[in-house]
Amino acid sequence: MKVGVVVFPGSNCDRDMYHVLSDVFKIDTQFFWHEKKLPKNLDAIILPGGFSYGDRLRAGAIAAHSPVISDVKKFASHGMPILGVCNGFQILVEAELLPGALLKNNSLNFMCKWTNLIVENNSTPFTNKLKMHQKIPIPIANGEGRYYADGKTINLLKKNHQIVFRYADDVNGSTLRIAGICNKEGNVVGMMPHPERATEPEINPIDSKPASLIFESLLNAIGVTQ
Amino acid sequence: MSLYTVHVIIENKPGISDPEGETILKDLVLKGSYSSVKKIRSAKMLKFKINEKNKALAEKKIQKLCDDLRIYNPMVSKITIEVFED
Repeated sequence: MKVGVVVFPGSNCDRDMYHVLSDVFKIDTQFFWHEKKLPKNLDAIILPGGFSYGDRLRAGAIAAHSPVISDVKKFASHGMPILGVCNGFQILVEAELLPGALLKNNSLNFMCKWTNLIVENNSTPFTNKLKMHQKIPIPIANGEGRYYADGKTINLLKKNHQIVFRYADDVNGSTLRIAGICNKEGNVVGMMPHPERATEPEINPIDSKPASLIFESLLNAIGVTQ
Repeated sequence: MSLYTVHVIIENKPGISDPEGETILKDLVLKGSYSSVKKIRSAKMLKFKINEKNKALAEKKIQKLCDDLRIYNPMVSKITIEVFED
């Protein structure tokens, strides 16, 4: 199996993601510069966090027009598991692969802190090893992380079980405390918190097991037995 | 062809909170002696210079550009376009 990590100008959590995939979960992982075509033999694609194009205009808005996004859209339509973390989530939203918007946090501050997520959908390729309503200690690190969608969209998200993660507490003013969503089909998942910063006990002072299950879910989804 | 200056003002739709505008109002303006101010909304403005045949075409082209390239996210923002002859 092979996972691609897309690198945009300004991605800065790409190496953390690569480390976790290749060193912790022993997955064959490859970086792909955003101007390159993606090969057909990938099993999953991850858009990492950071500040693509310095978040000019608004986070993710410029990267959403990168050449690689047309391949990401194509593979998404074929059902490939795709995960966007933080800026990756913002890019998926701006590329219209996921609905809604990510606005400046209510505090207007860049927020870097530990939060608790609650699992609301455990049937995606990134949550199938988690239990419903399981708590995940995980850090956020963003300035534009306040998820917003209008009433009609929220109703659709609820109806189609597209709300994947919610914060246990209100951290930034997100609608319904939403921290992560998926597309209608469930294969494209975006989340503001950073699972790659929470899977190792050395850097997770609370409990690294729940966040590890996000990556173990991916292995499970693409048929790798551990 | 003439050169036009086009201002595109991007702001949150009514009903979507604007913590920046609220902070400027509450913590700056109303703490001064400007109690008659009732509301402030923050916005972002892009200034374009564009060559077009006339003012209407300049506005149409910029509107299309803003929609095609998602200069604003229509879920949360609205734009106002103002065209000036140079």
